Amino acid sequence: MTATVLSRSALDGAPPARGMDDADAAAVAQGTPIIRLRGVTKVYGQGQAAFQALKGVDLDIDSGDFVAVMGPSGSGKSTVMNLLGCLDTPTSGEYRFRGLHVERLSRDQRARLRRQYLGFVFQGFNLLARTSAQENVELPLLYRGQRTAERHRAAREALASVGLAGWEHHTPAELSGGQQQRVAIARALVTSPAVLLADEPTGNLDTQRSREIMDLLCTLNRERGITVLMVTHESDMAAYAKRVVHFVDGRVDSDWRQNSAPRIDAGRGDT
Amino acid sequence: MLLNTLLLALREIRRNLMRSFLTILGIVIGVAAVITMVTLGNGATRAVQDQISSLGSNLLMVLPGQRLGPGMPTAGAPLFKEADVEAIASQIGGINAVAPEVRAAVTVVANGRNWSTSVTGTSNAYFETNNWRIAGGRKFEDNEERAGAAVCVIGETVRRELFGTGSPLGEHVRVKQFSCEVIGLLASKGQSAMGRDQDDVVVMPLHTVQRRVTGNQRVNTLLVSLLDGSDTERVKASLTDLMRERRKLADNEDDNFNVLDTKQLAETLSGTTKVMTMLLGAVAAVSLLVGGIGIMNIMLVSVTERTREIGVRLAIGALEREVLLQFLIEAVVLAALGGLVGVALATIASIVLADVMQIPYLFNPTINLVSFLFSAGIGVVFGYFPARRAAQLDPIEALRHE
Ligand SMILES: Nc1ncnc2c1ncn2[C@@H]1O[C@H](COP(=O)(O)OP(=O)(O)OP(=O)(O)O)[C@@H](O)[C@H]1O
Ligand SMILES: [Mg+2]
Repeated sequence: MTATVLSRSALDGAPPARGMDDADAAAVAQGTPIIRLRGVTKVYGQGQAAFQALKGVDLDIDSGDFVAVMGPSGSGKSTVMNLLGCLDTPTSGEYRFRGLHVERLSRDQRARLRRQYLGFVFQGFNLLARTSAQENVELPLLYRGQRTAERHRAAREALASVGLAGWEHHTPAELSGGQQQRVAIARALVTSPAVLLADEPTGNLDTQRSREIMDLLCTLNRERGITVLMVTHESDMAAYAKRVVHFVDGRVDSDWRQNSAPRIDAGRGDT
Repeated sequence: MLLNTLLLALREIRRNLMRSFLTILGIVIGVAAVITMVTLGNGATRAVQDQISSLGSNLLMVLPGQRLGPGMPTAGAPLFKEADVEAIASQIGGINAVAPEVRAAVTVVANGRNWSTSVTGTSNAYFETNNWRIAGGRKFEDNEERAGAAVCVIGETVRRELFGTGSPLGEHVRVKQFSCEVIGLLASKGQSAMGRDQDDVVVMPLHTVQRRVTGNQRVNTLLVSLLDGSDTERVKASLTDLMRERRKLADNEDDNFNVLDTKQLAETLSGTTKVMTMLLGAVAAVSLLVGGIGIMNIMLVSVTERTREIGVRLAIGALEREVLLQFLIEAVVLAALGGLVGVALATIASIVLADVMQIPYLFNPTINLVSFLFSAGIGVVFGYFPARRAAQLDPIEALRHE
């Protein structure tokens, strides 16, 4: 189905279809991955100081999947997440998002891709200080040019869906860490993204709060079909995911599905 | 999008009220200074110009003395005689009226009230040379002038001080040892550009003052008013020749009198106030520029301080130009806000200061508008660099910023 392929011109202004639409459903049915990395490398710095953070990564992620990315510190997890989130471009290799060559896009085209299809949850929450939960959640909608009334409604709904109804007017300083992270998730969700990217979303939280966040991510994945990619250091948290990808030294070391026989298969995500 | 960005900027300004206030303080002071200086300067120029027009047609003043200026003694030079007036009137063309003038400080008494003022001894021509209108009563009769009759015409201030609300006509005032009938009242001229009360005068026939006040035959000043359209320089030259001849000066001798052109003096004065206005305005404009640099400074700090925030905005899909616009609009709104407050402050300051300095307050829409637009322009110029810096941040780096 050609509808799965995202056209580049769609990112030059006209708002493309968003969220989990028929095209995504068709992609899942057909097994066409929403994300496809081929031979991706990333080199930081130049000359003597050059450091190769990714050394040829192949990875396919299907729409509707819930993937935990694990691996030792410095193995390139955040680097790959930044690439997948279109915040950065690979040094070499190919990254296709819904069929579109991300590595060929301009900075602004990538920004449009992010605002239409991607939601981010950061480890440090990264909410705007002295700004109410409601306003924080409305922010992505503001950049989409949505009307005020629509924004208010969508933000309230998103906050309610993460269990923060009634907390709309609290600023981050007035919220607990778990609540702040839930506001951050609401902000990522409010645009109904196709993919939610979370780099250590529970890194700053205690076990109890972490479980609440993981339950929330599971619900979103199950009930709204949002593809979730999450970096974590804790196997407890990874246990919530459908699939676990291990990175070691800039490469995919292992990749298996949970709740079935673990598939230990070095390097090849697409086999 | 523009509206949204404007809302974002306003929200950000409101969120940091104290910082915003400090940021715009420089602009506020700069704009207020520029407008106040220019407004007051215009008022002062207007005051001088009013003075020029109150002089009426061009007036020449002939004063005894070598040359006017500091350190030049005037005491040695002979004063004028009454006959000089006749000679000028009959021998020089292009003139409207000639009047002698003798002044003395006196105390006048009436109704048991005292008033210290100055008495001017002159002829009816004085009312013409000095542009006085008679508000009530009459001028001098010929025989009164000749005989030095005890009659006087008084100014509005003298009337108020001696007679309160009553009419002075037909009343008598005592000057020195003699009693003098008030036959006329001068129409009020108000204050001069120098703040002197022009209505504080008593005018008498020349002979009356010479005999009963100064006690000599001398005349201090000759006042010559010109006909409209006559050549001031030519009249001045022939006046000088005539006076040299009458005072029997040899060719190698310097003038022992001066011919002053009051209109020229006033124009010089108003030219000076204009230059002063421009200078003060320029100094104030520099302070406005400094205010702009203040904005840039704070905006740069703000960009650094809000690096993480910018990272978040970029990560969730803000375009480069949206971030640029946000910071630019923030700077412009701040600067324009400063401009508005400055305009308001300047209006208050100008009204109060104009009142204190006794010059007219002239609202000048141009300078208000220009200053306001200039302050907004400063927001654009000095806001652009920090805004561009914010927009070009790398989202990953920005998010990692501590
Ligand atoms: N901007 C950068 N410039 C230079 N080197 C970088 C940069 N970002 C990351 N690196 C390097 O790339 C390697 C991979 O970094 P990355 O952040 O992807 O690791 P990670 O797997 O997320 O580790 P952690 O679990 O500690 O977060 C590290 O060795 C790091 O030093
Ligand atoms: Mg990391």
